[in-house]
Amino acid sequence: MLVLARKINESIMIGDDIELVVIDIKGDQVKLGIRAPKNITVHRKEIYEEIQQENIAALGSEFKPETLRDLSDFFTLEKDKTDEKKDDRE
Amino acid sequence: MGIKVVTKPFGEIEIEEAQIINFPEGIFGFDDIDKFVILDSHEKSPFKWLQAWSEPDLAFVVIRPQDFLVEYELIVSQNDIEFVEAENVNELLVYAIVRIPSNPSEMTANLQGPIIINPKNKMGKQAISLSEKYGVRHRILDEIKTTRDKE
Repeated sequence: MLVLARKINESIMIGDDIELVVIDIKGDQVKLGIRAPKNITVHRKEIYEEIQQENIAALGSEFKPETLRDLSDFFTLEKDKTDEKKDDRE
Repeated sequence: MGIKVVTKPFGEIEIEEAQIINFPEGIFGFDDIDKFVILDSHEKSPFKWLQAWSEPDLAFVVIRPQDFLVEYELIVSQNDIEFVEAENVNELLVYAIVRIPSNPSEMTANLQGPIIINPKNKMGKQAISLSEKYGVRHRILDEIKTTRDKE
């Protein structure tokens, strides 16, 4: 891993069109500014891990087949109520 | 002619080839699952199944965000949109993966990692929401209640 020391307002270039600027340093937190073309995706690393963990948690969902039907009924009931309200307005 | 697929919720069923969605990068944590099918759960139910093509046990319950939110805005990177070869977000089908805990009324939807599908070319991806409004656990029934209260 390449390690560079930078001060506030100094930056590094990654390739020709990605710029990483040190905006602020407070205690153990660094605020970074990223200037990059639109097609470059920038995310905090934790986001990937969070989504991955949530996928695995969702896969571990254990429920009886009828649970999904019961939960679905909840939506239809709500929808019916909404429809009734609409009718009232007319 | 239908194609046979073994599914978690329904066992072996026959589907149309057009129901197969290609996920070249899989989804997070399941990078090598490159084909999924979307299956209805019950008649009139907002829940669908995102079933892995080659892994019968790998199936997620999914829901469209607009089925439980008053307003939903898909904000993802240009990269994610181009990955499924769409021109803009309006062309995309969007699903959120649902987690159903032991108390099912506490079920949550993951809006941080929405599943986006381009219906034209059957390309899909798990995108990353760039909106600060959306996290990995939105309590679906609470959101519906909010919707109802606003009306």
